[in-house]
Order: sequence, then C-alpha cells, then structure tokens
Amino acid sequence: MVGGLGPRPPRAAPGRAWARRAPIGCWARGRGGRRRRRRRGGAAHPAARPRPPPLVAAPRPRARPARPPPAATMSTGLRYKSKLATPEDKQDIDKQYVGFATLPNQVHRKSVKKGFDFTLMVAGESGLGKSTLVHSLFLTDLYKDRKLLSAEERISQTVEILKHTVDIEEKGVKLKLTIVDTPGFGDAVNNTECWKPITDYVDQQFEQYFRDESGLNRKNIQDNRVHCCLYFISPFGHGLRPVDVGFMKALHEKVNIVPLIAKADCLVPSEIRKLKERIREEIDKFGIHVYQFPECDSDEDEDFKQQDRELKESAPFAVIGSNTVVEAKGQRVRGRLYPWGIVEVENQAHCDFVKLRNMLIRTHMHDLKDVTCDVHYENYRAHCIQQMTSKLTQDSRMESPIPILPLPTPDAETEKLIRMKDEELRRMQEMLQRMKQQMQDQ
Amino acid sequence: MDPLRRSPSPCLSSRPSSPSTPPCEMLGPVGIEAVLDQLKIKAMKMGFEFNIMVVGQSGLGKSTMVNTLFKSKVWKSNPPGLGVPPPQTLQLHSVTHVIEEKGVKLKLTVTDTPGFGDQINNDNCWDPILGYINEQYEQYLQEEILITRQRHIPDTRVHCCVYFVPPTGHCLRPLDIEFLQRLCRTVNVVPVIARADSLTMEEREAFRHRIQQNLRTHCIDVYPQMCFDEDINDRILNSKLRDRIPFAVVGADQEHLVNGRCVLGRKTKWGIIEVENMAHCEFPLLRDLLIRSHLQDLKDITHNVHYENYRVIRLNESHLLPRGPGWVNLAPASPGQLTTPRTFKVCRGAHDDSDDEF
Repeated sequence: MVGGLGPRPPRAAPGRAWARRAPIGCWARGRGGRRRRRRRGGAAHPAARPRPPPLVAAPRPRARPARPPPAATMSTGLRYKSKLATPEDKQDIDKQYVGFATLPNQVHRKSVKKGFDFTLMVAGESGLGKSTLVHSLFLTDLYKDRKLLSAEERISQTVEILKHTVDIEEKGVKLKLTIVDTPGFGDAVNNTECWKPITDYVDQQFEQYFRDESGLNRKNIQDNRVHCCLYFISPFGHGLRPVDVGFMKALHEKVNIVPLIAKADCLVPSEIRKLKERIREEIDKFGIHVYQFPECDSDEDEDFKQQDRELKESAPFAVIGSNTVVEAKGQRVRGRLYPWGIVEVENQAHCDFVKLRNMLIRTHMHDLKDVTCDVHYENYRAHCIQQMTSKLTQDSRMESPIPILPLPTPDAETEKLIRMKDEELRRMQEMLQRMKQQMQDQ
Repeated sequence: MDPLRRSPSPCLSSRPSSPSTPPCEMLGPVGIEAVLDQLKIKAMKMGFEFNIMVVGQSGLGKSTMVNTLFKSKVWKSNPPGLGVPPPQTLQLHSVTHVIEEKGVKLKLTVTDTPGFGDQINNDNCWDPILGYINEQYEQYLQEEILITRQRHIPDTRVHCCVYFVPPTGHCLRPLDIEFLQRLCRTVNVVPVIARADSLTMEEREAFRHRIQQNLRTHCIDVYPQMCFDEDINDRILNSKLRDRIPFAVVGADQEHLVNGRCVLGRKTKWGIIEVENMAHCEFPLLRDLLIRSHLQDLKDITHNVHYENYRVIRLNESHLLPRGPGWVNLAPASPGQLTTPRTFKVCRGAHDDSDDEF
C-alpha cells in the first residue's frame, strides 16, 4: 500500500502506440536536476517550486522596464576579465554586464499584460457544498440567482454543464476564471454513465483547441480546456462509492482530478484520518490516476520540503466551505456557527481548506495547466491523429500509395514517382469502368 | 458573467462586491499574483534561447560587434590573410554558446555570413540567407506537426538579423535596399551604421535621416515595426527608438584606461573612442534594444508573426488535405516560391477572416 499519493505511476497505457521522447530542448537542467518525465515511469523530476507566499504581503517582484541587475558572477571562461568598478560609480557597474538577466522580467511583463486564464470543473452530488466551496476559494458568488430544483423536477433532469466566467484582478494581475459546474451529476435514480456528458464536454474542448491550433489563423486561440477537476466525495460513506469510481476512471486520463472530502465538519479527526486512508487505498486499488504533486528539487530548503511533504500526506483534502462570516474570539472569520462551537474555514487545525487554496492558486496553478497541456492534450491529439490515419487507410481500396504519416518530406523524385503511379492507377480504373460499360451495353 | 473587478488598494486588497449581495469580506487575498512567480521560476529553470544573425560586407566589424555585445569572445575575429581568397559563395557559420548571468542561462546562437556582398556579381546573394531562415522555420514546423511532439521544441529560428550598413555617408546602396526588402518580410531586421567612427556627428545625423527616408520610400519595415505596437506605452517607447534607427555603432574588444576607468574602446592618436559612451556612439542603445528590453519581444514577433506567415504559406501549398481537422501532409518546400518577395503582411492581433481554416 502506498502511503499517500506518492510519486507518479508510469503512464504508458496499453494499446497506445506513441512513444514519448525525452525533452531534448530542455537543455538548461538547472542544478543537478532530473528531467521531468510524465508519460514514462521513472525518475522524479524538478519542477517550478515556488513557496506558498505568506498572507502578509511580501514585496513581490513587479514587472518593470528592464534594469541591469547588480553585479553577479560570470561563469563561462569566455568572459573578459573586467575589473570591478568603484561602488559609487553605478554607471560602470551597468556596463560590466550584458544585461540579459532581465529576461524573466521581460517575460513577466508580457504575462501581466496578457493575463491568465484557468478553467476549474467541480463535480459531485448535489448538496455536498460545491458552490459554497467555490465561493470561499475565489471570494465571488457565482450562484446568486440559482434556483434549487425540487425532487420531482430532479427526476427528469439530466446532467448539465454550466459555465460561469469571472474576471479577477489582484495587484495588477488579471485572471479569467471559468468554473464548469455539473448539476445533476449522480442525482438520478439510475446513474449509469452519468459522467458521459462531462467526458463529452472535456473532449469537445480538446477538439476545439486541436482545430484552432492546427488551423491557419492562430492569433487568438481561446483555451477552454479544463485544467482541473475538483471531485467531491461524500463524507457520509465508507470511502469511494461505485459512481465515484466510475467517474474518476472515466476522466483520469483526460483531466487532472483532485479528490476532496466534502463537508468535513461532520467528522471528527480520527474519522477523517481513517476515511482518507480508506480513500487512498481504494484509489490505488482501482488504478485511478489522480493529479500528482510534482517532486521537490533536491536543493530546496528543509522548510519547503516539509511543507511539500505535509501537502502530499494530507491528500485527499478534507474541506469545509462557508459563505458567512462569524465572530470568533473577537475576530471576524469565515466559518460556520454551531451551538457547540465555531468551525473556522481558514484554520488549518479545522480543515484542509487553506492547503487546497494554496495548492490550487498559489503554488500549483501553473503546474496544473502544464500537465493538461503537455500530457492530457498531447494524449488526445496523438489518439485523434492515429484515428484519422487508420480511417484513411481503411477507406482507400488498394494499399495507399501516398505516405500518409507526416514523415520527413520525401525527396522530389519519390514524390514524382508516387504521382505517376497514382495517375496510372486512375487510368486503369477508368479503363476498367469503360470495359464494364461496354460489356453491359452488349 | 461578473464585470471586471479591480482591487482598490494593493495592501488590503479587499474586494468590492456587486450591489445586490451582502458584502463578502475578505480575510486574506486570493493570491493569484503568485502565478507570476511560478511562471518566472519555470522560465528560469528552462533557460532562454536567442538566435541572432549578422549580415554585412566583410570588414564592417560584425564579429567585433558580436563580441562587444555579449562581452565574450563569441567569434575569434581573425582578418583573412592576404593569401587566403575570399569565399566564393556565401557561407553561413553558426556558433552556439551558453552564457549565464545572475542565474539566468541564455543559449546564444550567432550566425555569421562571410562573403555577403563581396563578389563582383552580387545577384541573389541573399538566397542562401533566406534559405537558411526558411529552413529553420521548416524544422520547427516539422517538429510541431509530429504526432508525439517534444514538450519543448528546440528553437533555432532566427530571432533577429542585424544588418550592417557601410558608412558611405550618402544613402542606402542598391544591394542594401534589395536585401532589406526581401528580408524584412521574413525576419526582424535591425539595420545599424557600422564603423561609425569615420563619420562626424552632423554627418551621422544626415546619413541617418537619408537612410530613414530610403526605408520609407521602399516600404521596408524594420524592427520595431509600427503595426505590432500593442498599446500606447509601447508606441511611445518604440517611436523613440524608431527615431534613432539605424543606430551608429562602433565595436571594440580592447580595453583602455580613461580617467582611471577601464573602458572598451578604440585608441587613436587623436583620442579614445569609448564604445559605451552615448556621446561617442550608440552602441548602448543597440545593446539595450537587443538584450535588455526587447529580447522577448523579438522572439514573440518571430513566433507569432513571421513563423505563422511561413506556416500559412506551407499549409496552403500542400495538396493533400485530410478529411479531419488540422493535421496535414506537407508538400515538399520548393525553394523558388519562398524567396520571392510577397506583398502581404499579417498584422498582429488583427482578425484575419480570409485565412480561415479549410
């Protein structure tokens, strides 16, 4: 039994003919880092490892026009031996260095201008607190005018897909957040394949992106692919239910799944622990590939490694959401008021909400997008292209004379030869047709 | 869909709410600016790439200029001996170095073009250069349409071409005009006046003026292109640059002592020409443009405009179109088609409805 959601399992699935090549282009591997391998099993990988920033606003690097950095050591042997100028002559220090250390800031500046986008899907039975959690996470109320359906209306309801978009701006950074809601999931009496509309939706977004990316005009491609799916598991059961397993197995190769234990305030700590262990076991047992947190660099400090370990050990997160603010110990906190006490949402001892929020927004948002882009989308694209290839070879009656796979372009002579043969084939077929006609006429 | 909300103050960042709901108090910001940190760290880990090409007649100080720009002996500047004949055809030499500064790694590739414009008959001397540039685009395109592609496609496309104009003092020569016309459609071109220490300040200004006029008359759009300015700040910044293009530069790789400081320069009997002194030459402007402020922009325009133009041409040329979306079998590139100057130009950001997908 693997304790916690450990290192990523090998990704090779049977029946897939692709082979993932190692990223040759990633030549700057940093300090003794290992390559990030997603599809093949193997070594753990370095990845962007920023710390979760403290709540007190720390000075953040701002996008500013390029300024040469202060003196740094140069490491190649090709450099001139430049004498360090006297400290008061700052102009000279400017001249010592080439100045491309401002490159990250240049990239930074463009991203700030462009803004980011992120698509989050929430799935689970109704009444598990999905909307409340979204409200608590992003502090926006997307469901103001929602009307909850009664039981009779729900009988005939099918799973819908609802999209809400909100633009958030903080400290000059724009985020276009799209929340994809799935009301009706798991609510019917017969829930067979109730995840089908959801998989269709995810595939549709991939297909749309594939078309856009392969088209002629690639200027303003909208990225609507689902980057992360928060799946709510009911705390009242004993681990995963069959519909949970079915949903996760249908979606784990298409989307990053982050399982959550909803409404965790109805469980005591020991029950939460047991439930988490149970869920982790079942996830392993059924072979579900949930989103794995990337490994830490070996040269990160202990603090950071400790935080990372805690994060991995507390998955799946037990969360509580609240859209009301109550008074506790003289402070106004977001929480739920019970006669026996106040549950504080942002208290780490009460629930894992803060961990979830930090993970989702402050440390792993980009990684989630990367995994969607590099793994799930590439899988889809490879699959799609192979389907097209096999369809084309099936349709042509003889063996296809034209090389269909995008091999390196054959030289002109082979192409000419192929075209000649094609012509011949066509002429022969026409002759055959004519002969058949003549025979029929006779 | 909620309207765009702006946070009023940077430190408290309390979010204003819509009038119909009760105010939702924030106890701590959401923290989305941390995404920028994530991006930055990822960019630093991956390292950056930059490919620059220098074009000009021999003896104009191209190799020296590259050495000065990157403060390293990228090229061993050795003048050809008397007995060595100049190369008969234009050859392209590429040299790659990894330089690091303050934790940022840059993989720099410099392509030199010895033999450009040195023959008696210089017809079509730009063909090998255009061929090389298009070859890099083709390589990238082939990588991009593979079924299983690499996560990070190695980028060998030429991001910037620095063209050295000899300091005649009159105006652009026919060779310069022909070359620039063809090249500005395929790559970002930055013309510079080479060996500007043979021109006085007034001569420089007059020469620059005439060159700018020539460029305008022949519709040569050099970097920074006006049509790609994204907003008003960019336009102001770039207009200042456009006034000073072409920069009058002097390259030097020897250091001399001036007033107790060690500077790069050329020592003559009548004084020392300091390379990094704005009063003497405009080398700092060139360096700032290429490296400190516009490097990423150069790469972006190459990727979003020039490469996309190339891709559209290639996709339109291929005759075999599959029935499904997006994936094509490319017809082999015929060299003749791509080197003749085309008259269309795709503007960044504009919706090009006529080029919709098949």
